[in-house]
Amino acid sequence: MTTFTIVKLKEIMLSTADGAGLELEGDFLDKPFPDLDFDSLAVLELATRVQQDYDLTIPDEAVAELTTPRDVLDYVTRRLGESV
Amino acid sequence: MITGLGVVAPGGIGAKAFWEMLTAGRTATRPITLFDAAPFRCRIAAEVDFDPAREGLSPKEIRRMDRAGQFAVVATREALADSGLGADLDRSRLGVSLGSAIGNSSRMEEEYVAISDGGRDWLVDHRFTVPYSYSYIALNSLATEVAWAARCEGPAVVVSAGCTSGLDAVGHAVQLIEDGTADVMVTGATDAPLTPITMACFDALKATTPRNDDPASGCRPFHRDRDGIVLGEGAAIFVVEELEHARRRGANIRAEVLGYANRANAYHMTGLRPDGLELAESIRAALDQARVGPSDIGYVNAHGSGTRQNDLHETAAVKRALGPAAYEVPMSSIKSMVGHSLGAIGAIEIAACVLVIQEGVIPPTANLTEQDPLCDLDYVPLVARKQRTDTVLTIGSGFGGFQTAMVLAAPGQVTP
Amino acid sequence: MTTTVVTGVGVAAPNGVGTEEYWRATLAGQSGIGPIRLFDASPYPVKLAGETGLDATAYIPGKFRAQTDHMTHLAMSAAVMALADAEVDPAEMPEFDMGVTVANSSGGIMFGQRELQRLWSQGPTHVSAYMSVAWFYAATAGQLSIRHGMKGPALVLASEQAGGLDAVGHARRQIRRGTPLMVTGGSDASLSPGGLAFQIATGMLSTHDDPARAYLPFDRDAGGYLPGNGGAILILEDAAAAQTRGAPGCYGKIAGYAATFDPPGDDEGPATDVRAYDPPRGSGRVPRLRRAAELALADAGISPAEVDVVFADAWGLPGPDLEEAIAITELFGPRGVPVTAPKTMTGRLYAGGGALDLVTALLAIRDQIIPPTVNVTRQAPGIDLDLVLAEPRPHTIRHALVLARGLGGHNSAVVLTAPTTPLRNPQRSER
Repeated sequence: MTTFTIVKLKEIMLSTADGAGLELEGDFLDKPFPDLDFDSLAVLELATRVQQDYDLTIPDEAVAELTTPRDVLDYVTRRLGESV
Repeated sequence: MITGLGVVAPGGIGAKAFWEMLTAGRTATRPITLFDAAPFRCRIAAEVDFDPAREGLSPKEIRRMDRAGQFAVVATREALADSGLGADLDRSRLGVSLGSAIGNSSRMEEEYVAISDGGRDWLVDHRFTVPYSYSYIALNSLATEVAWAARCEGPAVVVSAGCTSGLDAVGHAVQLIEDGTADVMVTGATDAPLTPITMACFDALKATTPRNDDPASGCRPFHRDRDGIVLGEGAAIFVVEELEHARRRGANIRAEVLGYANRANAYHMTGLRPDGLELAESIRAALDQARVGPSDIGYVNAHGSGTRQNDLHETAAVKRALGPAAYEVPMSSIKSMVGHSLGAIGAIEIAACVLVIQEGVIPPTANLTEQDPLCDLDYVPLVARKQRTDTVLTIGSGFGGFQTAMVLAAPGQVTP
Repeated sequence: MTTTVVTGVGVAAPNGVGTEEYWRATLAGQSGIGPIRLFDASPYPVKLAGETGLDATAYIPGKFRAQTDHMTHLAMSAAVMALADAEVDPAEMPEFDMGVTVANSSGGIMFGQRELQRLWSQGPTHVSAYMSVAWFYAATAGQLSIRHGMKGPALVLASEQAGGLDAVGHARRQIRRGTPLMVTGGSDASLSPGGLAFQIATGMLSTHDDPARAYLPFDRDAGGYLPGNGGAILILEDAAAAQTRGAPGCYGKIAGYAATFDPPGDDEGPATDVRAYDPPRGSGRVPRLRRAAELALADAGISPAEVDVVFADAWGLPGPDLEEAIAITELFGPRGVPVTAPKTMTGRLYAGGGALDLVTALLAIRDQIIPPTVNVTRQAPGIDLDLVLAEPRPHTIRHALVLARGLGGHNSAVVLTAPTTPLRNPQRSER
């Protein structure tokens, strides 16, 4: 997998909430995670899953800056681009 | 009444060695030797240099017991010897209340590695288990080991509340004595978290410090640059006795448990709100039960885990509960020296409090070279302080939102 | 002294999810024991267990489900049922007036084994951030307090199969000490390949391949027990506080509770010869189950003659069965009290077992009928209990005694007493 799509992002986010309950339609990308009922533990889990699925290591400082889904999309896309 | 105590802690096995380290302000945090920590984010911990045979365990006991069980039994034997409890004890009135957050997980993980062939097989091979491997998942087995060592015939149970287990187990024991269920309880806590799975858990949470280049100062509670906990391990066990029972046999009463309260923040499994409201409520309820006021507290033994959020949460809670007195009372974190041993640390901290009361010296918060301006209380930086202290408050906070407080005092301090 | 009553119950058991579904199946003698489906059990000598058909999505939001193991799903689901049953809306009650004491024994082993596999086959960065909160023993108490906004005392107790009774006994203690409402009971989900392998190592599990012949407590063919996943939650309240808030009546009173521990041998010398974490029976080990029962009866202020039914621990092995039968016979006289073990339909649920037995006993009190023990046909030599076999037995029940033992020597007993006024809501009496 060399691209990180919105579809994949949604899939990972939903799986951290066991498939249900998140409002990931419309312009969710720029909503802060807490507004999406996505707590700090879920963000860490998201980072772990991204690391697993895309074989990346996300440093602490980078995780701290992931405040919206778009941040994650941009960050992972950039990292994948760098490894080419 | 606490009439006996035993400690197995990083930097010192036995109450004497433990106290010597605390008052010297020495830290036991170092690069991990118990397993290969190279692949982990945090590679330091506070380890106990523990030779089970030297500590008196038999080969069968060593083979059978997880490290946490071994710590508990060694500390139990020290506590029983210290208490002077005789053979004429009515054992039906003797119980066990042992705290632990993760139980026998280190042997469980070892067994798992063998039977799964290094994580290869989901359908593990049951033929490669040791006969007592079930005890590695059944948490009560730690209580049974202590119950056998103490030969108790009253209630025996493991109390588990994450990082407050140590405080809650002793609180539980006191409640059983208060309601007449038991006259004597062997109580305390144990945990041996220094294993790959637990280290991986804390790595995933980014709760442990990544400061691997300076292990001796890895745990920095209340410091401006603190960045996480350092895991530890160990056990502390007490003999806790009903007052008349202790007096009748002429027991040496080391300290008295005056008050205990536990609450939950009902907020988040790992997160803390900065206002510390529920921990403050535990403190208030414990002081209330102890019938002491904030200005009666001579020392606060902090949870002081060294995470950015805890130290703020706890400072707020102490201010909320003690009011202006919060600024007058010394408050230190011994986790700076012995690390955070999860369920065990609450009991290890009670042991430190008992020694504070007996010895009149307050242990420092090690590594506190630059205090966080937002944490503005007297955290006893770096150097122990000679101060007669008759009434002590110890607090704890843990995963699951558990918030606990206990008040201890020199015997005879408060007339009922 | 305050009276502690049970105002609501919830059940997630192998033969029924939901209290009435469970009770109907239990009275009909329908067992939930069958082939293990949670994983492929064909490599193992034990292939049967009790598994629940719990659909956690019906009770628990996704956010909670993702970060918890099945053991917590069981308890959280049962708690939702129990709170509804008690007509409690936690949001309407003062936060510090509600606490949680639940029991667990095995931890979140299924979740744990998955993460152990990721760690050991792929490395530390593959371990879920949720592992730290899902597997540990106290997770359920934390999650219950968070889900329902309960800020009173919270903790988990472990004494293996005795834990459920110990949790309820401790919850009663909290009520007496000033917390008017406690969520209590227990759950266990010990079934994963690793969890099963560890249990097989005790040598106590039955390897029989016929579910109708595998778990036969007190029977001459008793040859082991079967484990089960499951749990039950009880809402305990201070009786006066319950009345003030308009609780819909109660199932009964927690009238008595006690716990003891078997010393492994003679007074002198350490217990060095302890195998499988359960000192050999009949070799100097002194059983203290009878004493736990006596203390619980004394606590309730009743004599053995006033007990109308005993829900047995029913370990399913000759030694422990004989010990329990002797304890019951010495206390109540030969065939002196009806005895039953509906856990023959669920397996031993460890920390969930005692809690489920308490709920079952309360339902028996409500409907004045003793549920049956299934599959047992001929009692072992030396055992002659008045066992309620095959069919439920209508019976006047005012006091019930529930017994539980945990591996290693734990013994616990609870005495339940019928309420003085029946339940207000007539629908709850329908079967």
